[in-house]
Amino acid sequence: MKRSISLLTFAGAAVGAPAMAADLNVTVEVPKLNVAEYHKPYVAIWIENPADSSAAGTLAVWYDAKNREDNGAKWLKDMRQWWRKAGREMSFPADGVSGATRAPGPQKLVFSGAKGALKSLKPGQYNLVVEAAREVGGHEAVRVPFVWGKPGKPASAKGSAELGTVTVSVK
Amino acid sequence: MTFKTRLLAVAAVGVALALPMSASAHRGWMVPAFTTLSGDSAWVTVDAAISNELFYPDHRAMRTDGIKVIAPDGAADKIQNAATGQYRSTFDVQLTKPGTYKIYTASNSVMASWTENGEVKRFRGSPEDFAKQVPAGAADLKTIKSSSRNETFVTRDKPTLEALKPTGQGLELVPVTHPTDVIATEAATFKFVIDGKPAAGLEVTLIPGGARWRATPGEIKVKSGPDGAVTFTLPEAGLYWVNATVRSGADARGGMGGPPGGAPGAAPAPATPLAGDGMSASYTAVIEAQRP
Repeated sequence: MKRSISLLTFAGAAVGAPAMAADLNVTVEVPKLNVAEYHKPYVAIWIENPADSSAAGTLAVWYDAKNREDNGAKWLKDMRQWWRKAGREMSFPADGVSGATRAPGPQKLVFSGAKGALKSLKPGQYNLVVEAAREVGGHEAVRVPFVWGKPGKPASAKGSAELGTVTVSVK
Repeated sequence: MTFKTRLLAVAAVGVALALPMSASAHRGWMVPAFTTLSGDSAWVTVDAAISNELFYPDHRAMRTDGIKVIAPDGAADKIQNAATGQYRSTFDVQLTKPGTYKIYTASNSVMASWTENGEVKRFRGSPEDFAKQVPAGAADLKTIKSSSRNETFVTRDKPTLEALKPTGQGLELVPVTHPTDVIATEAATFKFVIDGKPAAGLEVTLIPGGARWRATPGEIKVKSGPDGAVTFTLPEAGLYWVNATVRSGADARGGMGGPPGGAPGAAPAPATPLAGDGMSASYTAVIEAQRP
């Protein structure tokens, strides 16, 4: 049993997986931008309750924890929707959530249903929010709806400036 | 009243006059560079001025000696690196603790007239000096009490309420929506209290900054209900100047009784009594409406 769960988790494999152990597969495209001064964006990936726009959990925060300014914490507030709804309640670095900023290109992520925010997420309709803020750049949040609790088809939405396509599927 | 105390009293009134009054176009403000910050070594820098246009320093710098800070735990904190230029003062506040800081000026003054040995006496100064200098049970005593408060709020990490507890003196804002959690296009509610009691029927004005690039001032006026609460929706993200004034009874304007601009050393003109009792209380704050 133990072995099969860890296999599922690491492979992100899916067919026939029990609902409670489902994974959330997310692809975030960090766009390549032709700008004079480029810094990789800070990104918060979080779950939103569509009914009241509240946060139901934070899956990942990519930031520069080696930054001289307060280990990067100084700029966490720039992902301002996430900051207001979830981030300011957390302390950083956060285990299983904090990560380094990522380079342009598609970033494939698998969030295990057996861990972190997903472990206690009740089945139902949610938005996955990918929110990016870039130093000397802009801010954008892309929302992709998904149903937690059963496998579903991939859904995606596209950002217009700071984010490319975000694809979400429950497997 | 000795010459020295009179000078002090005039200085106190000068501070009161430096704060906004509804009839004047001169608006006092303290604008923090950020109202929401993160990280445990956060500082915020603040500009303070009295201007016509919001928020361009075009008239006078705000004096920094009366600017106070309350930390998130309710303790008094301080401004640092204060400097005053022709049109604007600047200072910093170090946000050593998580939570909401209140940066403010507050003044209370009393103007009084009474009769002593057939002569009209006048007083203008702090409530403390009033208690000391004006005899208890003075004949024909009339008082006009004025209070004025100017605030702004800065939150590091999670917003807190301790620093925003009303003092029970003058006109004050009590958060329903936290002042650093006002979001453009979303309804927000503030409650106003006068001497700690709901300020019913109060007209509150909210004026957006950036007037220079707008054809119209864009001000929003809302009236409080019986509970002193006003609800408003700010249309756009940005800084807003919040102002309200309560006034009743005799007017505080009228000077010390003598004609203004008398020659130095000239005998003061005989004092005239106040027309009656009165009060005025004004409240000003700068808040930020965040982008949704």
